Amino acid sequence: MESLLYIALFAPFVGSLFAGLFFARSPRTHLVGVVNSALIGIAFIASVILAIHVAKYGAVQVTMMEWISIGDLTIPFGFLVDEISVTMMVVVTLVSTVVHIYSTGYMSHDKSYNRFFSYLSAFVFSMMILVMSDNFAGLFIGWEGVGVCSWLLIGFWYHKADKTFEENPSISPSWAANEAFIMNRIADLGMLVGIFLIYWNVGSLQYDIVFDALPQLADGILVAIAIALFIGAMGKSAQFPLHTWLTDAMEGPTPVSALIHAATMVTAGVFLIIRANPLYSLDAVAGVSYFIAVLGTFVAFYAASMALTARDIKRIVALSTLSQLGYMFAAVGLGAYWIALFHLAAHAFFKALLFLGAGNVMHAMDDELDIFKMGGLRKAMVGSYIYMGIASIALAGLPFFAGFWSKDAIIETAFNEGTYILWGMLVITAGMTAFYSFRQVFFTFHGEERYKALGFQPHDMYKYVLVAMAPLAALAISFGWFMDDFKGFITKNLPVYEMSEHTHHLAGYLGALVILFALIGIAIAWKKYGGTGAKAWKKDEKLADSFVYKLLENQYYVPKFYDEFIVQPYTILSAKFWEFDKKVVDGSVDLIARLFYKSGDVSRDMQNGNLSSYLNWMGAGALLLILAAAVAAVIG
Amino acid sequence: MIGVSHYLILSGLLFSIGFMGVLRRKNLLMLFFATEMMLNASNIAFVAIGNYYGDLSGQMFAFFVIAVAASEVAVGLGLLILLYKKYGSLDLDVISAMKG
Repeated sequence: MESLLYIALFAPFVGSLFAGLFFARSPRTHLVGVVNSALIGIAFIASVILAIHVAKYGAVQVTMMEWISIGDLTIPFGFLVDEISVTMMVVVTLVSTVVHIYSTGYMSHDKSYNRFFSYLSAFVFSMMILVMSDNFAGLFIGWEGVGVCSWLLIGFWYHKADKTFEENPSISPSWAANEAFIMNRIADLGMLVGIFLIYWNVGSLQYDIVFDALPQLADGILVAIAIALFIGAMGKSAQFPLHTWLTDAMEGPTPVSALIHAATMVTAGVFLIIRANPLYSLDAVAGVSYFIAVLGTFVAFYAASMALTARDIKRIVALSTLSQLGYMFAAVGLGAYWIALFHLAAHAFFKALLFLGAGNVMHAMDDELDIFKMGGLRKAMVGSYIYMGIASIALAGLPFFAGFWSKDAIIETAFNEGTYILWGMLVITAGMTAFYSFRQVFFTFHGEERYKALGFQPHDMYKYVLVAMAPLAALAISFGWFMDDFKGFITKNLPVYEMSEHTHHLAGYLGALVILFALIGIAIAWKKYGGTGAKAWKKDEKLADSFVYKLLENQYYVPKFYDEFIVQPYTILSAKFWEFDKKVVDGSVDLIARLFYKSGDVSRDMQNGNLSSYLNWMGAGALLLILAAAVAAVIG
Repeated sequence: MIGVSHYLILSGLLFSIGFMGVLRRKNLLMLFFATEMMLNASNIAFVAIGNYYGDLSGQMFAFFVIAVAASEVAVGLGLLILLYKKYGSLDLDVISAMKG
């Protein structure tokens, strides 16, 4: 089993090196795409075999080698494949495989094709380290690794110039990449503090040792650790107020958005909390957990409301990702860890599918993102229409699709915990989710063919790419059917969360209510955006000028607020510091340099080539030395 | 009574004269004389102090200095003759070749 573990871990790394070392300077080579996809596929197969092994015989833990060993500090390169991490591994490698194959088609005209695959495989490797590590230090390495790869991939088209778009005064891939990286940096500081606190108080970073030692720690320290780790999770999973980077990260290529900013990396925050569930289920940190649930619910609602008015096809999907991450945090905060992990996996499948479908649309529309310019595309691109339809149904939570089971379980949990306000918000959010996801589908694929007037000639993606997306579609439909099996598998490691008798009794009604909300949302979307001819959508100027619409369209003015109250003051401050640096720091260095220059210039006359004057200088020097010796003798 | 201090004063005076010569003279031959003077000033000091302590090493060292000075003069004068043949002068201001 050890070798399988290493294959699953290092196959993506080999792929990254293969593309990066041997093909970095060569022109676009299809071989790179094929080899990398195959290697990720191998990692996926290894992960599946590991999952079966874990289900039968329990967790696999290996220590590859000693990594840091100084004094009392021992951190090995150890890997733990248990129920939690193997779930993540299978999800990550499956989505990665599909995204890699998809990218061979999507990026086939890009001149930096090889570089793209090098980054993408490096990301998968980092993500595998993140989920497989058996200690917090390894987790942190993976955490930073995915951050760097995310930065590289968001800024993949770094040569693009800034352009004005919606709420952002200026945005470009490189700008968005920096924003994402810096925001994550802020949060990572919190996470580092958490890790330091754990080390100081426990003396180890190994999960098992740390979790065993937790009950002996003081309450204050536990709360501090829980808060610090959650701050790290907030950054990676783009929770309020560190959420603005996720929508801007859509500047990256679409396969990247599908893999990193929907399915895997952004769920790392949820994974961290699930991994640290012994900490978050302690009574001492109940307050923090409750806060996580409240924040998650708030973000779910907040992001969904912004998605109602967004025009950019990718931003809508990004905001829905944000909203679904909110659902996961709500579940985690309420103690339903396995439900959160279940939703994480289901979400990874249908959201990656949705993103790849959006990528197909972009591809067909020459990178046009504005859904107002689309419409009636279903005739031109049947395959993508079906896939996006399936993904949207799953996202909206209609019965028997993946999202239905997992989201319904979260909403039920909120009811079961007696947090009725959270429950109400989550139900309303479910309705909003259905509305905006079908608004997008209807805008894109139904209604008037607005694109024709604009001169677009859409065509569907390559056949093999559409075939490669099929596994995601199959899972987006069917993943929920395995809920009980998944529960039996995962609750060997995670706390069992059971609904009370009362909730169980009402479950049917609760589910029906959620479905009702979803159906109402879809119906409104159909009525507004689905019609053709006389019923076709027309821009409602009055609505578009209303305060609420403007508020939502501008993302609650949060990006503007950040820009005005953080970025601009910081820019001014930096300019001042730069001035200080130039005048004082550089100035003092320059002064020393000038001093030497000047003294050299002056003393140059000494060296005039005349032996007599040399002798004079020598005599003067000798006298000076004698004098110095005399003075030293007298003083000493 | 002439004591060791008198010899040392004489030595110091001679050394200073030689030193001034080295500093002030422009003629290479005169510079040679000045250095010889400084060497002999140190010889006087060696011998005087050797005698004062009843130690022969001082006088021995003086002989070494004389021997070194003699060979130095032999080589140095040879070089001076060559220089004179080349430049027709021994004035330092005239023969200085390195202009800084």
